Amino acid sequence: MISITQPKPFEEVLESISQDQKIYLVGCGTCTTTQHTGGKAEVLAMKEKLETAGKKVTGWMVIPTACDPLTQQALAVNTREIEAADSILAMPCSFGILTIALYTSKPVYPALDTIFIGKEQSPGNFTEACIQCGGCVLGKTATICPITRCAKSLFNGPCGGSINGKCEVNPNTPCGWQQIIDRLTAQGRLDQLDEIEPLKDWSTSLSGGPRQIILES
Amino acid sequence: MKAGTNLEKVLTSGQFAVTAEAGPPKGTSARVVQQKAEILRPYCDAVNITDNQTAVVRMSSLAGCVLLKQQDVEPVMQMVTRDRNRIALQSDVLGAIALGINNILCLTGDHQGFGNHPAAKGVFDMDSIQLIRVLKNMRDEKKFICGEDISGEVPLFIGAVENPFADPFEFRVNRLAKKIKAGADFIQTQAVYDLVRFTKWMEMVTDRGLDKQVHILAGVLPIKAAGMARYMRDSVPGINVPQSITSRLEDAKNAKEEGLKITLEIIEHIRTLPGVHGIHIMAVGWEEIIPDIVSKAGLLPRPVSGKVPE
Ligand code: SF4
Ligand code: SF4
Repeated sequence: MISITQPKPFEEVLESISQDQKIYLVGCGTCTTTQHTGGKAEVLAMKEKLETAGKKVTGWMVIPTACDPLTQQALAVNTREIEAADSILAMPCSFGILTIALYTSKPVYPALDTIFIGKEQSPGNFTEACIQCGGCVLGKTATICPITRCAKSLFNGPCGGSINGKCEVNPNTPCGWQQIIDRLTAQGRLDQLDEIEPLKDWSTSLSGGPRQIILES
Repeated sequence: MKAGTNLEKVLTSGQFAVTAEAGPPKGTSARVVQQKAEILRPYCDAVNITDNQTAVVRMSSLAGCVLLKQQDVEPVMQMVTRDRNRIALQSDVLGAIALGINNILCLTGDHQGFGNHPAAKGVFDMDSIQLIRVLKNMRDEKKFICGEDISGEVPLFIGAVENPFADPFEFRVNRLAKKIKAGADFIQTQAVYDLVRFTKWMEMVTDRGLDKQVHILAGVLPIKAAGMARYMRDSVPGINVPQSITSRLEDAKNAKEEGLKITLEIIEHIRTLPGVHGIHIMAVGWEEIIPDIVSKAGLLPRPVSGKVPE
């Protein structure tokens, strides 16, 4: 599983740092490097664009894994250049950005949109698999997530728009419910779907502020 | 009787029902709905008001239903789960019943990406099957989802939709069975053009005895131009328009007349199929053709001519 990101339009990036003249750039050596959205090459390209736009880049680095606690040390090593900047422009995914913000008091701005957490299904083809809903139903749906894989998050699909295995919302996307039915049929367990799936408890999902677990030692 | 609505009476008495659909305006004019009611009153047993169909913002279904009732036309309130969570849905059911609206049709709804606010957050707190079950529970147990009691009576005649033309074909009958199990009293199907496939589907339905457990109304959508047929074939997910129909409309001197003829032929065929208990006419934007369709199909007079029983 990796974080899937996309560059924000450069105008939006410039708008977010419009108050700042001196910028420090951070990339990430893991997910955003794999996807060519925030690795070394993209950080250097950003540096050039910023300079062309009249900004001064006080320094840059690519943290090996920005969401790791070691980010604290990485930032400490570069304190001087970071302190010289008005703000940090960050090119890891949102988790990396949140981690950076934990260890600096400088304003941090994202240069990327973090879209989803997904898998590389085939080279260059990243798809979303799970939204971490907090009440997993994969056991009832042949390990294909109906919340993520169905455009309407149906629990008793498929809807009336499922045609030739494709989703009505996007003809290039497989219908998640067709996949569920195919897999259950192959397993000889289609009758599992005769039961009506009851209403979901969304309170375990993104409904009540940040979710937290504290492990007992 | 579960709700004692006109539609329920017509269907339970074994008569062939006729319902229609009226799209509310993209605006505030009550007159638009009233005019449709005027046209439809003598020809239908009940009229559906769509709920922001194709995810385009329109006057609310609840308001449209009240306007129909004021014109002595029995409403069927469509309710989609795309835009409201369980709190809002249950609240609107209470309000509808208080206003004398007792036929409610449950749908998930077209995805917001199709409509005029594609950036909207889709709610989908539940799906249509779950909504059917919620309504049944409200009616039969007088309970909210949370288990608390509802005060007052909850008379409801619960509708749902099914699309025999979507995939996977075999599972479509399973899904109908699920809707019946959830509590559907009547079913409106997607528009029927492909009679071969519809006949096959109805055979599967009757083989399983499902037609004895629910009232099936076959969807009829009159087409008035070849362009419209092509558009529906190519751009409306889940509608099957065979080439023969498109060709007939293309070749016709008067496409509207040909469209009416095709519609009448489809109705005639549908009426011969065991297990079909009525038709549901979706002439959205062409409501004025409905009187012609109903009278030429020999479906007049309607049993309780337009009067909403008290
Ligand atoms: S049901 Fe929830 S936890 Fe399970 S795969 Fe889907 S989103 Fe993830
Ligand atoms: S076509 Fe399939 S994936 Fe798309 S909304 Fe319908 S059931 Fe969900």
